[in-house]
Amino acid sequence: MTRVRLVAWHVFKESVRDRVLFAIGGFAILLVVASVLIGQITAGQDVRIIKNLGLATIEMSGVLMAVFIGVGLVSREIERRSIYSLLAKPLHRWEFIVGKYLGLVGTLAVNVALMALALFLVLTWYNVTTPQGSFASPVPIVDPALLKVLVLITAELMLLTAVALLVSTFSSSGVMSTVLTLGVWVVGLLSAELRGFSVLTSSPMLGSLVQIIGTIVPAFSEFDVKAEVVNGRPPVAWGYVWMTVAYAVTYAAGLVGAAIAVFSRKEFT
Amino acid sequence: MILALEELTKEFPTGFLRRGRHRALDGLSLELARGEVFGLLGPNGAGKTTTLKLMTGLIWPTSGRISLFGHAPQDPRARTAVGFLPEHPTFYDHLTGEELLTYFAGLCGLQGSDARRRVAGMLDRVGIDEARRRAVRTYSKGMLQRLGLAQAIINEPALVILDEPMSGLDPIGRRDVRALILELRDAGRTILFSSHILSDAELLCSRVAILSRGRLVATGTTSELTSGQTRGWEITATGLTPAAVAALQTQAERTIRITHGRYTFELGADVRPEAMVAEIAARGGALDTVTPLRATLEDVFVERVS
Repeated sequence: MTRVRLVAWHVFKESVRDRVLFAIGGFAILLVVASVLIGQITAGQDVRIIKNLGLATIEMSGVLMAVFIGVGLVSREIERRSIYSLLAKPLHRWEFIVGKYLGLVGTLAVNVALMALALFLVLTWYNVTTPQGSFASPVPIVDPALLKVLVLITAELMLLTAVALLVSTFSSSGVMSTVLTLGVWVVGLLSAELRGFSVLTSSPMLGSLVQIIGTIVPAFSEFDVKAEVVNGRPPVAWGYVWMTVAYAVTYAAGLVGAAIAVFSRKEFT
Repeated sequence: MILALEELTKEFPTGFLRRGRHRALDGLSLELARGEVFGLLGPNGAGKTTTLKLMTGLIWPTSGRISLFGHAPQDPRARTAVGFLPEHPTFYDHLTGEELLTYFAGLCGLQGSDARRRVAGMLDRVGIDEARRRAVRTYSKGMLQRLGLAQAIINEPALVILDEPMSGLDPIGRRDVRALILELRDAGRTILFSSHILSDAELLCSRVAILSRGRLVATGTTSELTSGQTRGWEITATGLTPAAVAALQTQAERTIRITHGRYTFELGADVRPEAMVAEIAARGGALDTVTPLRATLEDVFVERVS
């Protein structure tokens, strides 16, 4: 496990020194803070706006990082030929893949945590400075239920990173990898609709095909509980959160396993 | 034997549909004993890099077998005692030289103060100690090559595999690398390097193999490869009159006047020197030297490869 940890730590170090991450992270934190100003424009809805915008920013910045850094996890090593020196060391190929994966997931988790902290600080400041009774909502301003959204965003990013990693093992084109990974994410967001598509079409073959796609792709739609948590209804149970996390872990494990299988058969000519 | 290749063949798919086959290596068999400095020579496209990649498990053979310390190269146990420098090494731009070596040392199982000590010593040994805290992206080509060498020997490997180690180095860099290879040899390491710089191979190698179009065309010690082949004779004599020189030079391929009355005659490989030696004496000259002209590694290389 030492070698897995080393590879993971290396990915973390590389990511935090990456200007792309700084740009996305910096912009995201700025947006969370700026949500206060945007909220003030919309009287009565300010806290909801801050929460919605803050959570959406955390999710989107995480998605961008997972995709843009994730698709290069393996392919960049091959492209810059650092893989030759690395794999000549006593390192199992699975250790390399697992280390790469855990390194990026760790980076994303830290990023989510930092941005969540920024969001909670903004909400706390708002809670302290807002006169009592001026905010009519069934949920408190600093709402612990937001943690459910944050846990699910982290799980979603974990799954998306696994998709990006798998794509990175067989695609050598950065643009193609990005498009493919983002494509899987978008289709995954629509997975619930795709699964119910058969009732909307008269073609049973098309209906079945779309239903199969909706069933196979990672169900990213299931991770989105922002609106429910922010509005306080319908309530999101912790049971649902942990079931969805278990789904993400299982699916991601399968994808990482597939990435190991592809990478283990790969020749570096 | 620390390394044995048996009938190693490697084919790469070619063409859009990958149905074609390019045979990069064809039935290569080699063995490497402990403590050798072995040179893998050949022109571009001979299969040198393919062979080294097969040995390090980066690619696998189409047929044949590789035994590296008794294991297949894909087995990490085989690579614990191996160091590898790829051709034109490139590393992580965001790391400093020191961080890179610490990372690689960790992958080889070195941790904590042991790793720190080894890294510091290695940076000093390859002459980039002053650049240890600089990002690798600021390194010159020569410094990258030195860093590559440092990462290849960070685990003090029993077998060091170097792919074109002199590539991109200035004369001083080449001299330093040569010195490092000899230092490693004196420390009991086995070194296998590929090169097309024959003078380096002649200077360093205890044994060489020459590859051409994926096939092994010659192998042996440099003296074995060259001593069996005399490409002629060089006879130097003094006290020769112009008439004697005129008669003698008809037998020689080339005549060189050194001083008044002193000449060197070069004979071809198909002419024995005894007749000329007798004629020099008969014409009143004094024989200075008779030297067989041995083939150099370059002669052997050109002959075998072409």
